[in-house]
Amino acid sequence: MIRRVLATAVKELLQLRRDWRTALALLGMPVVLLMIYGYALSFDVTDIRLGVVDQCRSQASRRMVEAFLKSGYFVQKTILDDSRSLDDLFTAETIQAALVIPADFTARTSARQPTSVLFVLDGSDSQTANTVLGYARQIVASQTGAVYGIQIQVPYEAAPLVWYNPDLKSSIFLVPGLLAFILMVSSVIATALAVVREKERGTMESLRATPVRAIELLLGKAVPYLLVASVSAAGSLFLAWALFEVPIRGSLLWLAVVTLLFLAGGLGWGIFISTIAETQQLAFQLSLLSSMLPTLLLSGFIFPISSMPTALQILTHIVPARYYISALRSIVLKGVGPEMWWQQMVALGIYASVVLLLATVRMVRRL
Amino acid sequence: MVSATGLTRTFGDFVAVDRVSFEVAPGEIFGFLGSNGAGKTTVIRMLCGLLKPTSGNGTVAGFDIATRAAEIKTRIGYMSQKFSLYGELTVEENLRFWAGTQRVWGREFEERRDWAFEISGLASRRHNLVADLPGGFRQRLALSCALLHRPPVVFLDEPTGGVDPEARRRFWDLIDDLSTEGVTVFVTTHYMDEAERCQRVALMHAGRLLALDTIPELKKTFASGSVLEVECRDAARALEYLDEAPEVVDAALFGNHLHAVVTTPETAGAIQHRLENAGFAPVSVRPVPPSLEDVFIRSIREAEEGRER
Repeated sequence: MIRRVLATAVKELLQLRRDWRTALALLGMPVVLLMIYGYALSFDVTDIRLGVVDQCRSQASRRMVEAFLKSGYFVQKTILDDSRSLDDLFTAETIQAALVIPADFTARTSARQPTSVLFVLDGSDSQTANTVLGYARQIVASQTGAVYGIQIQVPYEAAPLVWYNPDLKSSIFLVPGLLAFILMVSSVIATALAVVREKERGTMESLRATPVRAIELLLGKAVPYLLVASVSAAGSLFLAWALFEVPIRGSLLWLAVVTLLFLAGGLGWGIFISTIAETQQLAFQLSLLSSMLPTLLLSGFIFPISSMPTALQILTHIVPARYYISALRSIVLKGVGPEMWWQQMVALGIYASVVLLLATVRMVRRL
Repeated sequence: MVSATGLTRTFGDFVAVDRVSFEVAPGEIFGFLGSNGAGKTTVIRMLCGLLKPTSGNGTVAGFDIATRAAEIKTRIGYMSQKFSLYGELTVEENLRFWAGTQRVWGREFEERRDWAFEISGLASRRHNLVADLPGGFRQRLALSCALLHRPPVVFLDEPTGGVDPEARRRFWDLIDDLSTEGVTVFVTTHYMDEAERCQRVALMHAGRLLALDTIPELKKTFASGSVLEVECRDAARALEYLDEAPEVVDAALFGNHLHAVVTTPETAGAIQHRLENAGFAPVSVRPVPPSLEDVFIRSIREAEEGRER
């Protein structure tokens, strides 16, 4: 049993080594995807061109301006004497935001009176404007404490406090989803194609006339791809950490366990598809449709599940990536133990068992 | 070694194999002759345990094909019609994989591998990719792969498709050697010259077994008539003309000449005369010994006439 699984696995690895296109797709694609999505799918806004109107010209007001510039989000474009020319600058897109510090800024703060600075923003791109506003609030809030040593109490103001991703960097939020996406797509497609290829070429017919059992063939095919996908996953995670500073706070061991469960489900699904599809082309399309789209759209990768219509929310329960991404975010970003995400792990385990069982049953029936 | 009784397989309304019975002795080269779609492959697939018979039964190496497929699979070698090797693996890697599927490894594998190199003549190309090998080598390698576990029976389904005549001859020399060593060879083909090298031949057509005997016996049963080889101008049209002639029982086109089945060879002169008068000159008619193809065509005609009646 083990020897025959091994014989198949060795053969599969040899084939993979010669078939550089598939090997490249499995190992290289995740890296490319990670780079593209990591950089392009960023909702972060940096280098905002800031116009400064400092009517106070005190030490305190200069410190406030400095705080904006030191935050890394803003670059100073112009210093103006009054706010009348701001309109022209916004129209010409010379500046995207403006900070106006009133003349009585120092006087009011010294007198412990509530005071405010004016933050003018180009709202034509609401998404960006929202993000920039968030930055500005944070900076002003931090200055209030730092400069004066006491918090100014303003009635009814929400004090946002963001945990786990305090800078709200989108890469940190996206990378776990990206990892799930890469693993799902590569494991499903790779295995589906590997089995269907044998059918298309006719080697399956010869294999069926040997004592090799369906389960041995299945394992022999799954193990090498599981290995390759794991390497791919580890590489992606390392890159995410190195390039996008995604912190890995939780246990790597648990991360590996959850990832393996998720991969097992993907491999099972790939084999299941291979028992339906007769050609590699069909297998490829089925894999893409059934693994890529749900992982992208219905897993909470990009669109939050809680804001979906109820019908779609129910549908997300059969998308394994949903559980994986949730568990991954818990482990990677929050660093919490299994007591917090065991339900996700159980769900992944159930999915993997059901799919692998289905795949085996279908495969056995065909043999 | 291999037997079938009333073996039948239907796919929906289509009867692919219709009540086929035969018995193959150990060490025999048993040929299954028939055109594409005659049901040869379906018979082999049932015998190898890849397809369940609709009715009837059979045994291979003493095991029932319907219930003991697992035992059968360790005792047979099967070379399917499709290319059964991995083109992107080397000769040796292919041998190692197929040996592994039959639990042949370690010292035993090395021994069998060297034997395979010897019979296929591939020792010097052991590290070549199979995709780069000429067809004849691939065919011999595929046969070697099917024989690594020393099966007492091999099933070869049209093993020499798309291979040049010299390679086909070498392949059949291998089959002869196997038979001498006591291996039972069950081979399908639609080449008449290959069928002539079998000890017994079963003629199969439209799912049914039309005749089964040694080549000389098959030809003898046929001796009720004689065969005349007719060469003339416009053979295709002459065929229609001959079919109408009273002396001719049956006529068929063989390449650029005709074979006419007649009751006695004495009719040769009359036939020549007829054709010359009808404008097919120059005409030459001479009696020839019936070939296997004559036997085959005749059997099909008789079967079809029988069905019509």
